[in-house]
Amino acid sequence: MKIHEYQGKAILARFGVPVPRGDVAFNAEEAVKVAQQLGLPVVIKAQIHAGGRGKGGGVKVAKTREDVERVASSIIGMNLVTHQTGPEGKVVQRVLVEQGLTIARELYLGLVLDRAAQRPVMMASPAGGMEIEKVAEETPGLIFKEYIHPTAGFEAYQAKKLAFKLGLEGPAVGQAVKMMSAVYEAFKATDASMVEINPLIVTGEGNLLALDAKMNFDDNALYRHPELKDLRDLSEEDPLEIEASKFSLNYIRLDGTIGCMVNGAGLAMATMDIIKIAGGEPANFLDVGGGANAEQIRNAFKILMSDGNVKAVFINIFGGILRCDILSEGVIAAVKELGVKVPIVVRMEGTNVEVGKQMLKDSGLNFATADTMAEGAERVVALSRG
Amino acid sequence: MAVLIDTSTRLLVQGLTGREGTFHAKQAAAYGTTVVGGVSPGKGGSTHEGWPIFNTVADAVEKTGANATVIFVPPPFAADAILEAADAGVALAVCITEGIPVLDMMRVATVLRDKPGTRLIGPNCPGLISPGKGKAGIIPGHICREGTIGIVSRSGTLTYEAIHQLSKLGYGQSSCIGIGGDPINGTNFIDALTLFQADPETEAIVMIGEIGGTAEEEAAAFITAHVTKPVVGFICGQTAPPGRRMGHAGAIIAGGKGTAAEKMTALQAAGVRVVKSPADMGQAMAEKLRARG
Repeated sequence: MKIHEYQGKAILARFGVPVPRGDVAFNAEEAVKVAQQLGLPVVIKAQIHAGGRGKGGGVKVAKTREDVERVASSIIGMNLVTHQTGPEGKVVQRVLVEQGLTIARELYLGLVLDRAAQRPVMMASPAGGMEIEKVAEETPGLIFKEYIHPTAGFEAYQAKKLAFKLGLEGPAVGQAVKMMSAVYEAFKATDASMVEINPLIVTGEGNLLALDAKMNFDDNALYRHPELKDLRDLSEEDPLEIEASKFSLNYIRLDGTIGCMVNGAGLAMATMDIIKIAGGEPANFLDVGGGANAEQIRNAFKILMSDGNVKAVFINIFGGILRCDILSEGVIAAVKELGVKVPIVVRMEGTNVEVGKQMLKDSGLNFATADTMAEGAERVVALSRG
Repeated sequence: MAVLIDTSTRLLVQGLTGREGTFHAKQAAAYGTTVVGGVSPGKGGSTHEGWPIFNTVADAVEKTGANATVIFVPPPFAADAILEAADAGVALAVCITEGIPVLDMMRVATVLRDKPGTRLIGPNCPGLISPGKGKAGIIPGHICREGTIGIVSRSGTLTYEAIHQLSKLGYGQSSCIGIGGDPINGTNFIDALTLFQADPETEAIVMIGEIGGTAEEEAAAFITAHVTKPVVGFICGQTAPPGRRMGHAGAIIAGGKGTAAEKMTALQAAGVRVVKSPADMGQAMAEKLRARG
């Protein structure tokens, strides 16, 4: 799960990470109110779940009350396009209004999970304010890492090593140690999957401050963090994906024309791949789960048919233990009930597969069957072209 | 010989009294696996479907001589179930559970480093099967054939797909290992490749990877240095959009890293016959074996 910058900062602040003073505003009036409390100048930052906001025109300084009103009204409601939003952009619905600060240095601090090492890694770099992927590619020597023992935790000496590599001196070293330890505590306590402070600034006065903050959380751990549930911003998600998640369907919307209904994440990805090889474009990723029962099939059809781009559907189910006659029964019932008009190609494996296929043929509905996934992919691509 | 599971396996089921546990324990027993009992805390001393139930894994091991366990325990308790199995000295722990928090798995992985006597398969996996000998997990037995191809895969249903393609072409399997779709797992590609390379009954290997992480690239380096048996590879997620988690917690292209293209290139460079289409895994293996004579 992703959250907004201001929400991430609030969490980090609770654990003792120093952040700029500021507050969220949903309209220009609120922005002015926050600015008055903070004192001018202020920085107004668009809150969307994507990076690159500054370059896209979503971060601006306001020096007067009129400025605040004008800038806030121009950012709220704007369609912000960044390299992370895709060309369609994202409509800004809230801004963070923060105190203006003098910046002496821009650093980077990140805490992510290193899959190969099977432990979290604290990363620091003097090349702050840039995309860390770019730094990793161009100047990998400027990224310093400390791996964290999952049961022993993050040690002060590790923070000191990083602080000195960042070239910090004097009281800033102690501040950095405190900040990094606080970041690790926040990470652990919230089951975060990443914390990124970019830039971490040294102010004109020599103090460290998290000028930006990005936090993602492990979806598998949300059950033990009811406090995080309210931070979810549904307007950042595709409405169909939200709908699918209510049925425990693993659905991701894409921009092709062939709807896919598959059991298992790997087979679902492979089905997208084979559609592409056959010359088509998948409209979605959809894993209906291991059960693939009648109820789930119906729910899946509801979601697929809500996407107007879908011209044909490919059902690819490798049941193994699943009975194909029962699967066919579910598919036929769902298609009848929902009045699905587009052609449907079914490829299934499991027990009673021949009975299942015959049922589809005898149904009088718009079904085609295939014996292999390659054959199914070719057929569905042909049918999608009418 | 097969790897990890054979006729000497004495299988325990953690979570046997649950719906999934009951169903798959019966399936495993029907396949010929020696299922010795179950663990359900608080139900110790009772029996379930004829199997004795124990409160703890330690009790179960002491009374039944179990040397393997399959875990069907809900996500909040699964990490603990794995650690309990390791503490009881069970040699093989297969965790089917999907949805374990990643920080829990990091803790488990750290503890397991000090328990070399226990191998973990999974989590978020279909388990493993040695056709004709036994199984631990949910891979359907009837699609398998006894034979000499080893399969290792991050995906469950794609494992079935590979088994099915091979069986239809007349190629049986020595063992099939689903290592799971989570970012942190107990047994990785290199572990499985090591086992297959050392197994005299395994003649060739199918390796199925997916987007996310660098396990396939590491496996490619290992293959170059240590694997002499023919390997056929497939990577799913060639069309997956970046930044999206494709069902599996571990299947995500993050920061431009972990793409299918990178993995396919690495495996090709290691001499693996990489197929673009998931429909070609069996055929590619047949060609590779025929070419070798």
